Amino acid sequence: MKPLIALLRRDLVLAARQGGGVGTALGFFLTVLVLLPIGVGPDQATLQRLAPGILWITLLLAVLLSADRIFQQDYEDGSLEIMAMAPTPLELVVFIKAIAHWLSTSLPLSLAAPFLGILLNLHDQIIWPLIAAMGMGSIGLSFIASIGASFTLNLRRGGLLISILVLPLYVPILVFGMSAATGNPELVMPSLLILSAIALASLVLAPIAAAAALRAYLK
Amino acid sequence: MKITATDLACERGGRIVFTELNFAVESGRFLELTGPNGAGKSSLLRLLSGLSEPRHGRLKLAGGGGDLTLAEQAHYIAHGEASKSALSVAENLIFWRDFLGGGDLANALGAVNLASLADYPVALLSEGQKRRLALARLALVTRPIWLLDEPSAGLDAASQKLLISLMRQHLKSDGIIIAATHVSLGLKPDQSLHLSGASQS
Repeated sequence: MKPLIALLRRDLVLAARQGGGVGTALGFFLTVLVLLPIGVGPDQATLQRLAPGILWITLLLAVLLSADRIFQQDYEDGSLEIMAMAPTPLELVVFIKAIAHWLSTSLPLSLAAPFLGILLNLHDQIIWPLIAAMGMGSIGLSFIASIGASFTLNLRRGGLLISILVLPLYVPILVFGMSAATGNPELVMPSLLILSAIALASLVLAPIAAAAALRAYLK
Repeated sequence: MKITATDLACERGGRIVFTELNFAVESGRFLELTGPNGAGKSSLLRLLSGLSEPRHGRLKLAGGGGDLTLAEQAHYIAHGEASKSALSVAENLIFWRDFLGGGDLANALGAVNLASLADYPVALLSEGQKRRLALARLALVTRPIWLLDEPSAGLDAASQKLLISLMRQHLKSDGIIIAATHVSLGLKPDQSLHLSGASQS
């Protein structure tokens, strides 16, 4: 357990000190939300109808912005090689690194996003279901992003390619995340359950896929 | 403890780097790998570290700790420093200590003469100091096998002496060192393996 705790602590400290993680993503989020009413016009009813969808899509893109940071630095400075050699399984290393990304980026963003939705006149009955759905969905977002990050490990400016690889995998999270935010209370619980199933599946499967890709790159 | 390589062949990116390589290293011995650039010194160290697999032949480890593989009992010092510039010298080492299974931080800092810079951010270190920080892992966590790829690159004369005394100590405590180098490290190797890089296929 000790190696994993050390890794988690290090990644969180690095995320806090280096910046560019949640700060940049939050800035991106705010910029989109401020520009949007200028783009579609200030009609409050239209904005209210669009708000949940806009918030979800902006969340997906903001998470992807920081995805290439999950493994890139450790690959470039040789840390990943040492981690791959150590007795700790590489799958657990990936798991912890994805958890660190979730704690430092996806979770804070998904908790803040519904409140930022007030800028779009988000209906106040939707705020809490949206927070629950985004909080649950964000686990899947980070873990699926770790697959994309591992596949584009040695590509400089791999960010765009990560988006192309990962966005299709985000579709289920988007679909059920939206169905939780339609304003129909009967849909909230089933949607959250499916989102939690997606989160659990990605917790198990993403580290296996990403570790396999990392091993292939390190060869 | 003994590492034996039999009829080893290595391929990287479709190119055969070397074939029919045989050697054996025992506890307390220092094997020096020499040869021109591209002869496969680093590739051989990567095979030993378990990061890549031989195309042919096999690597065997006899003796040593239980079911641990060769890689799990080895330190691999490659070209990357494996340190984070946003962390301090001590923070970097504390992470590797906890991740790799414990060791004596003060001893490691002293062994590479970085004790006075322990709280200094790595971003402000010179190249040679960063190299010493990477070498500090050797003294920090006890591993019987050291795989060193150009360990003296970027080190000044005083730091090279520190490296040599680290290596001497390790050999005295029955460790194995396999080091790739194109300049002499200043420590007489027990065995030497010359990779010519001539083999093609």
